[in-house]
Amino acid sequence: MSGLFGHLDWTVTPFAAAIADPGTNTFVAAGAAGLVVLGAVALLGFLTWFRLWGPLWRDWLTSADHKKIGVMYCVIGIVMLARGVAEGAVMRAHQAMALNGGPLSAEHFAELFSTHGTIMILFVAAPLVIGLINIVVPLQIGARDMAFPVMNQVSLGLTAAGAALLMISLVIGRFETGGWSAYPPYTGRVFSPGEGPDYWIWSVVPAGIGSMLSGINFAVTIYKCRAPGMTYMRMPLFTWTALCAAIMLVYAMPPVTVSSLMLALDRYAGFHFFTNDLGGNMMNYANIFWMFGHPEVYILVLPAYGVWSEVSATFSAKTLYGYPSLVIATMAIAVIAFTVWLHHFFTMGQSASVNIAFGIATMIIAVPTGVKVYDWMATLWRGRIRMTVPMVYLTGFFILFVIGGLTGVILANPTIDYQVHNTLFLVAHFHNVLIPGVLFAMLAGIHYWFPKVFGFRLHETWGKRAAWLWIVGFCVTFLPLYALGLMGMPRRSSSFADPAFVPLQLVAGAGAVIILLALAATLVCYGVSIRQRGTLAVPFGDPWDGRTLEWAMPAPAPEWNFAVIPAVAARDAFWAEKTGGDPYVAPERYEDIELPRPTALGLVICVATTAAGFALTWHIWWLALSGLVGIGLAVMVRAFATQTTRVLPAAEVAVHHGRWLEAVHTARGITRDAEDSPANRGLAAPDTEVTP
Amino acid sequence: MTANLHPGLNLGESHGAAHPASENRVFGFWVFLMSDLITFGILFATYAASGTPMGLAGGPGPAQLFDLTSVALQTAFLLASSLTCGMASLSMKAHAGAGRIALWLLVTALLGGGFLMLELSDFASMLAQGAGPARSGWLSGFFALVGLHGLHITAGLLWIGVLLGLLAVQGLSDRVKTRLLLFALYWHFLDLVWIGIFSIVFLRGLA
Amino acid sequence: MTEIDRDRGRYLIGAGLSALLTILAFAAVALGLSRGVALGIIGVTAVAQVIVQLRCFLHIDFSRQKREDLQLILFSLLLLAIMAGGTLWILANLAQRMM
Repeated sequence: MSGLFGHLDWTVTPFAAAIADPGTNTFVAAGAAGLVVLGAVALLGFLTWFRLWGPLWRDWLTSADHKKIGVMYCVIGIVMLARGVAEGAVMRAHQAMALNGGPLSAEHFAELFSTHGTIMILFVAAPLVIGLINIVVPLQIGARDMAFPVMNQVSLGLTAAGAALLMISLVIGRFETGGWSAYPPYTGRVFSPGEGPDYWIWSVVPAGIGSMLSGINFAVTIYKCRAPGMTYMRMPLFTWTALCAAIMLVYAMPPVTVSSLMLALDRYAGFHFFTNDLGGNMMNYANIFWMFGHPEVYILVLPAYGVWSEVSATFSAKTLYGYPSLVIATMAIAVIAFTVWLHHFFTMGQSASVNIAFGIATMIIAVPTGVKVYDWMATLWRGRIRMTVPMVYLTGFFILFVIGGLTGVILANPTIDYQVHNTLFLVAHFHNVLIPGVLFAMLAGIHYWFPKVFGFRLHETWGKRAAWLWIVGFCVTFLPLYALGLMGMPRRSSSFADPAFVPLQLVAGAGAVIILLALAATLVCYGVSIRQRGTLAVPFGDPWDGRTLEWAMPAPAPEWNFAVIPAVAARDAFWAEKTGGDPYVAPERYEDIELPRPTALGLVICVATTAAGFALTWHIWWLALSGLVGIGLAVMVRAFATQTTRVLPAAEVAVHHGRWLEAVHTARGITRDAEDSPANRGLAAPDTEVTP
Repeated sequence: MTANLHPGLNLGESHGAAHPASENRVFGFWVFLMSDLITFGILFATYAASGTPMGLAGGPGPAQLFDLTSVALQTAFLLASSLTCGMASLSMKAHAGAGRIALWLLVTALLGGGFLMLELSDFASMLAQGAGPARSGWLSGFFALVGLHGLHITAGLLWIGVLLGLLAVQGLSDRVKTRLLLFALYWHFLDLVWIGIFSIVFLRGLA
Repeated sequence: MTEIDRDRGRYLIGAGLSALLTILAFAAVALGLSRGVALGIIGVTAVAQVIVQLRCFLHIDFSRQKREDLQLILFSLLLLAIMAGGTLWILANLAQRMM
């Protein structure tokens, strides 16, 4: 059947299943679907009630401003984080009750771990990392925007399309059940004839292409758009990690795009890349997928390392220790990350000599990370340390990430890997690196740079509550999984028969409740901060006594970033000006500023891609073709656009900047003792305790 | 002689602001091509790894399916189109006018179209022999790799259409000049990939 | 000789050399040389032709290039070698052990 609506009809919704077969299993699915629908309706109602459609369209959806695009990435990340955490909690609750059964069906549980993994990697960690890079990098290197502001919008549109399709899959039909890596032949059409793997493919492909385009954009921006004097060895470390992550995105994204499309060819056109019969080679899928999959985790964690570098230096008021070694370690990781992918399938059946080559490479990659941890600790040593929210996260990271890293070195040994392969030990390991490593860093980074984008700080007390809940919740949830894995419990089990697993499963289940509270505290922190934005405002722009260029401008940062492009003379450019002179001097002359004009291209591509992905999933061929043609036409029409920038007159910049400078000169700075008080308006006074 | 700002033909100083203005875009596009190179590289490796008895799955192999004459003709068409594409860039650099550039682009499109017709007729004759992509893993790899190159050529032909439209509507503006540079890079890159295809797929298969 | 003439010369030389190398490779197959010899000729001419086209059509050379362009190409080749070479190594090893 393939008419106007392809394979679609009412029976594919979870509501129909809940009516046909009432029970916990179907109610959970219908409840989740109901939440998505209610959330969407509530959002539409909110926008209409407060008449926000106009501002949303003008200021956000059509904006090509890198900061706005970065914020939208982060919003996608936080929304998807809420869903991913909820799914994780449901899974932990299920497994806590899964002795000889459990409330959910095996298929439903499989759907949960597949969406959870796909979401957390591709639609939480990646958007948060890319969002933060978008916001911060142009500010740190003294650029007005990304090298390609409109392509930046297109990247966002493609990522959003993937996320949208994942949300749709909750309401219409079922998602894939073969895990986030979607290994064939199980996900081929013989074993999974339904729409599930197609949903996965058409979420992953646009997101992969979008990330690749982001990588190009970041790389060109950092290579070509730095302010005069900003040499490579003067770049802030976050920018360095962003550069390495960007280059990795360029090379690591093609494999996942290719392997997903090959899987699609198998499923739609009867190709035999990964099938059981007629010359298919399913092992090649694992091979190609992990050529993306392993570099991807370093793409996520390198910018996280960048955040830690900025946070440790700023909140201990010291120069980053061992800057050159941090740069070299970053580059080393970026290269070695491409040589370790086989450790994800040590047990596939290749010979020991192949395994050990990749095992050794995996152990080697731990070395530069170790170097970094020592550098950050040395940065803190004898510093003027303030235990702000990012520092709480950093402390949690230090202790927990080292444990996660060490279990990684253990897993790098093929003989040990054979014992714990596909057990909860592995689940504990990668959550142990990704949560303290990436998620903590992103939450810390959001807390750190939030004032720069929105003009007010986040609430410290609520932020600390959230941070502690995340740290404790992580420990209670995931550390028991190491033990369960060593006891032999396989990952992805919807039920188990050994009662010895129950006590630790209950502990992990309790931990999931703490993580839910942590998520709630994080959201409350954002809400409370918005309500108290008056007292938390930091209009002068430097709330943390920052060291790098982004703190040398008002908060929120103006659309054009820098009134005049700064000339950089030192590594910690702003710090050098603060200690060696006056950072708030009016420039001799202002110049006209060219800014990208708003365009709807990204939005058009987002809508067309979502439509095409949905249509391909449900075999609605007319819509799929329209979507794809729409994307092509949008790009071609765009080629004929001539008025792509607008000019901001120098006089306007002078007025805006002059007013700020005047306010700065009449204001009194605060010392670090008053950092967390309403007196902190974002102007730092020299701190007596800081040793020169 | 001044240093090149970017890969491919550089406009040079006689083009004023258009020369430095091209730097970021051409560099960015070159980064994209490097990413595309990895895409092709994976398909090359997949194809090469499937040339085993298991991958052939008892189906027809290179000796039964490949036509050396047709591949030689395709290669000739593509190499000639690479040269005419270069001539289009050169006309632009030499300020020879939009008409001359359009003419060279048209010749490039005709040669590219000829290449595509020959490739499609080869595909059709393979399908007629029952050697479609669904016959074996090796044929899946073949059609994905060679087909992806063909898709790139098709996209290139559409791009030429857009460029001709731009030349007609906007003339030789700085933005159009940059787009012409990008296209030339793309087209030469496709010829590079084709060297890999005719060497690794066709000649190695028939040797 | 103007810069344009030099550039034109470059394109023509590139096309000529490419044609020659292509003919050599095809001839090796058409003349039915032994498989080993033919593969050797194909490999050498392919690498040579890639270099010729990079030099003459894409204007990449060691002296006049911006450093980041060259770094990028070399890094791409490194990763291509790791990914394609690694794939062939792994899959060949697996295939051998499947026999």
